[in-house]
Amino acid sequence: MESMADVDAVTVTAQTVRGSFGVYVHVPYCTSRCGYCDFNTYLAGSADMVELGAQWAAGVAAEISAHRRAETLAIERPVDTVFFGGGTPSLLPVPAIATVLDALAETCGIEPGAEITIEANPESVSPRNLRDLLAVGVNRLSVGMQSDDPRVLDVLDRAHQAGAAQRAVALAMQAGFTRCSLDLIYGTPGETIESWRASLAAALATEVGHISAYALAIPRGTAMARRIAAGELPMPDDDDAATKYEIADELLGAAGLDWYEVSNWAAPGQECRHNLGYWRGGDWWGLGPGAHGHVRGVRYENHKLPDRWFRGTTDGTSVARSETLDPSQRHTEHVMLATRLREGLDPAMVPQSAVQSLVEQGLLIHDDRLRLTRRGRLLGDRVVLALLE
Amino acid sequence: MSDTTPGQTDQALIRNFCIIAHIDHGKSTLADRMLQATGTVSERDMRSQYLDRMDIERERGITIKSQAVRIPYRTPLGQTYVLNLIDTPGHVDFTYEVSRSLAACEGAVLLVDAAQGIEAQTLANLYLALDNDLEIIPVLNKIDLPAAQPERFAEELSHIIGCDESDVLRVSAKTGEGVAELLDRVVEVIPAPSGDPQAPARALIFDSVYDTYRGVVTYVRMVDGALAQRDRIRMMSTRATHETLELGVISPEPVPASGIRAGEVGYLITGVKDVRQSRVGDTVTSERDPAAVSLGGYQDPKPMVYSGLFPLDGSDYPDLRDALDKLKLNDAALVYEPETSAALGFGFRCGFLGLLHLEIIRERLDREFGLDLIATAPSVVYEVLLDDGSESVVTNPSEFPDGKIAAVSEPVVKATVIAPSEYVGAIMELCQSRRGALLGMDYLSPERVELRYTLPLAEIVFDFFDALKSKTRGYASLDYEPAGQQESDLVKVDILLNGEPVDAFSAIVHRDSAYNYGVAIAAKLRELIPRQQFEVPVQAAIGSRIIARETIRAIRKDVLAKCYGGDVSRKRKLLERQKEGKKRMKMVGRVEVPQEAFIAALSADNDK
Repeated sequence: MESMADVDAVTVTAQTVRGSFGVYVHVPYCTSRCGYCDFNTYLAGSADMVELGAQWAAGVAAEISAHRRAETLAIERPVDTVFFGGGTPSLLPVPAIATVLDALAETCGIEPGAEITIEANPESVSPRNLRDLLAVGVNRLSVGMQSDDPRVLDVLDRAHQAGAAQRAVALAMQAGFTRCSLDLIYGTPGETIESWRASLAAALATEVGHISAYALAIPRGTAMARRIAAGELPMPDDDDAATKYEIADELLGAAGLDWYEVSNWAAPGQECRHNLGYWRGGDWWGLGPGAHGHVRGVRYENHKLPDRWFRGTTDGTSVARSETLDPSQRHTEHVMLATRLREGLDPAMVPQSAVQSLVEQGLLIHDDRLRLTRRGRLLGDRVVLALLE
Repeated sequence: MSDTTPGQTDQALIRNFCIIAHIDHGKSTLADRMLQATGTVSERDMRSQYLDRMDIERERGITIKSQAVRIPYRTPLGQTYVLNLIDTPGHVDFTYEVSRSLAACEGAVLLVDAAQGIEAQTLANLYLALDNDLEIIPVLNKIDLPAAQPERFAEELSHIIGCDESDVLRVSAKTGEGVAELLDRVVEVIPAPSGDPQAPARALIFDSVYDTYRGVVTYVRMVDGALAQRDRIRMMSTRATHETLELGVISPEPVPASGIRAGEVGYLITGVKDVRQSRVGDTVTSERDPAAVSLGGYQDPKPMVYSGLFPLDGSDYPDLRDALDKLKLNDAALVYEPETSAALGFGFRCGFLGLLHLEIIRERLDREFGLDLIATAPSVVYEVLLDDGSESVVTNPSEFPDGKIAAVSEPVVKATVIAPSEYVGAIMELCQSRRGALLGMDYLSPERVELRYTLPLAEIVFDFFDALKSKTRGYASLDYEPAGQQESDLVKVDILLNGEPVDAFSAIVHRDSAYNYGVAIAAKLRELIPRQQFEVPVQAAIGSRIIARETIRAIRKDVLAKCYGGDVSRKRKLLERQKEGKKRMKMVGRVEVPQEAFIAALSADNDK
């Protein structure tokens, strides 16, 4: 059964985040390409990162001052959350991060107690680097662990060794990070149920307060998609993924990390406030190549190619396209995003008949809100479709 | 004495002929060259496949409707002749139309690709031409091709027709080589018409085409007498009378004339709006001085193959009805009546002359009327005798009676297959497996053989031709003609989804292949139908007996694991598409089936 005990904690945080101002900053560099990844990333040697990082930071800073002046994008309040994602943000020299945070502080102001997250690959953190990040204001670390099984890491082309993610978290905690998260991937070809359980146990053993777990998706055009098409790897199986999701929810919940979004589990107060902003329809700027942003019903996307994006930051054309959502699109997005959250959806937003039928099918719980059951979380797409009828 | 004005041309100066050829053997190109060589079409107006009127005809390289063109030809000796080239359909579905076109001619050019030799349909049409006592001019085309083997195929043709090898002309319709010699040969060997110009008028209708602006244009061969503008004419089969508002000849576009007379080929316009009022094969006479006896040979068109046509979008149903009504104006063989399918909604049960006819109608509905359709698997016409002595005709498997059945009979055809002799074994094996009975076998040459079989039409309609092509690497050609009904051990196989029958997939098959059919369809549907929240059995059954079963496992996960800032728009668009898709879902009991699954399952048979 679903435990509702911690919903209030999340809802309280919700009050503070609602109407929030988030900033997502995309770092498009990696030292190697993982076979399953279709993100906007480019290979770069660590030796190039000082120069690349300085240029990148200058571009982001230019975007910040341009956005502040732009009528459609301006947000008149201090920043609540910042998220450096990638790519591999931990490749960046810390001064580049500092440049961006300084520009934000100067131009917009940063709320005291703001959540500032950086993604890191296990192999690219060091005690020195972690101390420097804390010193410039970063206070949350999200480490891409993916698995504790060397065979799985190998299939995923991950550069790190099993155990490296746990060591990175331990270093971060020693350095003074109080909010750490681990990312896990399940359903990789060749991963057994036992291997998945072991990865979950290894992640929990670090005592992080937040874990994200994603079913492996195989985007078209990736190296892994080609290997599967060529028969070198088996196609991931949805039933296997469903079983592993249930295992994750079981083990993580038992360890005190409850789900607050379909693929995210956290101890009370450890939820990622930045990501909650996405699901609650908050406003955020997307900065950096290929980043997406959302301000008052306008969604926009930056140019993906770093050179094109950078040129755009100098002449105000870094945004490649944008769309203004009409009321029906806003409604669709709201239903689609709110149902992903444990705090759920306001029943008044959707037809009662659809709710009734979904409750009978055991996919939805109807109390003061509408919340997905565990089975409903796995079948979230059809729940949303039914609610949108 | 050499007046070639329409209506006054001496029969002695007229030559009426057609070209018998297989698809791709160059008939349209040869016609083009003749039009150019005689100056009938100027270089400026020339376009490729001049006589093929429909886009479908041009693209597929086939002729669906007949066409006649009057070609004035001045011989090297300075005499001008009138050559009427009657272009005929070249497909087994239209054998009746071909026979009427042949009946309008005194001679035929047998055109054969010099790299490929004669094909079964050409041979069948050649026999039709010989039955009509036509003078045959054998011609090998494409002699410019490096792969051409004119000696070898000249020998084959001489063997088939019984002529001398040296009588076989060699041309290249592409380069024009030999075309002048061919025109001379037409004048030389094809007999002039020999009707009686003084007798009461008799004209054979060999085609009838609906034109939006002018109504039905009827193509005729005047056999006896003459017709003039403003004459009242009578259709001898229906006794209906009309006034000729316009008549004339095609050269190469319609040219009105004051009259046409015995031996000539031309067109009539009477203002009728439906080709059923001016039927191919009928005899036209004058009302004032009617002929006593018709030219004979008239038959009502008879559908051989039935299929249900359903609009993908149910709201297109009225458009489909209007479109069929329009096509019917130009197609006396098309029949249809409303049909309701639990799986596919409202549509029409349509009868066709054959598979090509079906395909053409579908394609025209798509192209000319913009209709997206699903067609059910084609079915032949079954005659079912019940234990109580009552009989019924079944053209739709879902109407197959459930009661006690005494006997079922199905249409059979006499089929001719021509192929290189190395494939004889494979062809015999195939025909055997499709319930064929060997009637005979002839070697056309040491390398090529003709096999004659009786086969159930249903087997041909299913996938016989594709199987034949694949077993002979495309070298075999097939022709067939109806040969009556034959009693067979046939059963209806139903397909059940979660226990509910899906009418669109019911099929009447021979008892021996029922199991294979059931297994194949069930397996196909298992692949095509998305998983539901509950387990769905897919079963094939004869009556209440289940003969095959597959299971669609319940779905456990459909959600996208990640949905961050950059995923929102994409995910919303996906949802919007899924919402649209959901509207096109058909409910079979509790099971949601996307229309695409029905289409894929139904079309897979055609594509095989």
